[in-house]
Amino acid sequence: MKRLNPVLLGLRRGRIEMAQSLTTRADQFWLVLMNGAFIAVLWFQRDNTIPGTDVSLALATLPSLIGMSVFATGWMGAAQQLSAEREDGTLLRAKSTPDGMLGYVVARVTFGVLNAGVGIVVFLVAGLLVLDGLGDVPVVGWLSLVAIFVLGLLATLPWGAMIGSLVKSSAAGFGLSFLPAAGLIAISGIFYPISGMPDWLHPVAQVFPTYWLGLGMRAALSPEAAAAAEIGGSWRHLETFAVLGLWAVVGLVIAPRILRRMARRESGSQLEERRQRALQFGN
Amino acid sequence: MTSTPTPAQTGRRVPPRYAGAPVIEVRDLHMSYGPTRVLEGVSFSAARGEVVALLGPNGAGKSTTIEILEGFRMRSAGQVSVLGVDPPQGDETWRAGIGVVLQSWRDHGRWRVRQLLEHLGGYYRPYSTAERPRPVDAGELLAMVGLTEFADRRVSTLSGGQRRRLDVAIGIVGRPEVLFLDEPTAGFDPHARREFHDVVHRMSDFESTTVLLTTHDLAEAEKLADRILILAGGRIVANGSADELSRQVAGRTEVRWSIGGERFVHAAEDGTAFTRELFEEHGERVAELEVRRATLEDTYLEMVQRYENRPSDGPRVDAGEAEKLRADFGGAA
Repeated sequence: MKRLNPVLLGLRRGRIEMAQSLTTRADQFWLVLMNGAFIAVLWFQRDNTIPGTDVSLALATLPSLIGMSVFATGWMGAAQQLSAEREDGTLLRAKSTPDGMLGYVVARVTFGVLNAGVGIVVFLVAGLLVLDGLGDVPVVGWLSLVAIFVLGLLATLPWGAMIGSLVKSSAAGFGLSFLPAAGLIAISGIFYPISGMPDWLHPVAQVFPTYWLGLGMRAALSPEAAAAAEIGGSWRHLETFAVLGLWAVVGLVIAPRILRRMARRESGSQLEERRQRALQFGN
Repeated sequence: MTSTPTPAQTGRRVPPRYAGAPVIEVRDLHMSYGPTRVLEGVSFSAARGEVVALLGPNGAGKSTTIEILEGFRMRSAGQVSVLGVDPPQGDETWRAGIGVVLQSWRDHGRWRVRQLLEHLGGYYRPYSTAERPRPVDAGELLAMVGLTEFADRRVSTLSGGQRRRLDVAIGIVGRPEVLFLDEPTAGFDPHARREFHDVVHRMSDFESTTVLLTTHDLAEAEKLADRILILAGGRIVANGSADELSRQVAGRTEVRWSIGGERFVHAAEDGTAFTRELFEEHGERVAELEVRRATLEDTYLEMVQRYENRPSDGPRVDAGEAEKLRADFGGAA
């Protein structure tokens, strides 16, 4: 009971926060604007084909976008939320509540899963409406989508949380997570096959989970023929799981330590200091 | 409260209803941030159900002291015990007995008032006992802090004072045995302040909650606290009820008068004797005479000023100054 209670409260908290996000004007605006832009990309790409194949380019971009949204929620979402919630005192509140930190972490993961899930649903619905061919995806494809989704979140959430707990302010949390993320998305073959990118960028992109999330999702949803446009002309399932798995394991080992160290240092006067700084420099 | 104290009671400075082992015990607490020494040997204790105000100018170390007791900050040296536990070693059961109200919470803006109170209360449920049923019912709490009509509002839409009252409600949702309040009434209007005082008294009277609050408002400390600790220069320079402190500082008297249109002011140790001499010397030429005994507030303000004017680069307090202050306050430490 004592351990279960905060876990249940954390699950409920994540759900409440998701509902709050979906009913908040600012969040709705971003959801519509960002997804609208991406869906427009799909629309314009629908008649282009992947180089060397006769498959619609949009059928490769859609799963890439799904992979990207998992990466964005896991990495950027966690970093921004954690840095913002350190600044406003949510974290200290959790710390001053019995088992509150456990509830908080469970809530963050729950929210991440729900938030990324919403992104996926939006893209899939749009894909089914705008594109032909998504209906042909076999059951195995959908199952591997779920597997890559879970593994992708595990590979990104802990890292986002680490950035969020190491930065000094929520503005830094945004900058330090958004800029690298934008760069990684640009070089990882999300909007155009990576084979169209300069060769020297390939090894760089392949170090990070962004590329593999996109590849994994393409492997799950794109037609078999589209593999021709990938590095080595293959979906490289094994490598995908290996790289994402490595990011997940290392992240899950280091993150709790960094989080605990950060949480130990939180106190009222630090909160006050950050508040003063935020007031000084405007919001 | 008005009965004449027996010598034993005044000696302990604790009324008899506060029996048993102290709930808060601090001995020779030191705290430095790098080369800056903030606390230099703070000692005090608080009994079950006692309301203690920690009073002092900004930067005196009030918040630092309270954060050490909350378990949020590591101390440099000294012994600290809260509910019989050294705060950094406190487990979740210990945590459930502590209520915390900080100065600058802005969290959970998107939550509804009652929803947040119920959610946070949920964490205390496994720690409920027959003696202390946990959590306190959210409706009851909202009524207590005067937020019933705001129960379904988003937290971000509350005014500053309402927000603080919500923080107080969250602080006591777990029916704490010890409640820490850091500058709790900053931004309260007089009505809210009065309601807050009622809440604190209810906690100490009906729940036997020990309350430690920081404030730089002497009037508030006088109204709320059974005992006032004045923190200055890294030490407790006074410790006693408002009455006791007033008596300790009653010595000085301010005398104002004019002679031939020229105004004079003098702070006299013995106002009566000084006035007598004044008349002996100047007789009928003395006009506009005012004789005012120094109140606790005068002395406190003077003390605060003395510490705020200190040079910022040297050691925070020089020993002679601290000695003089302690002497001013009747040697309590």
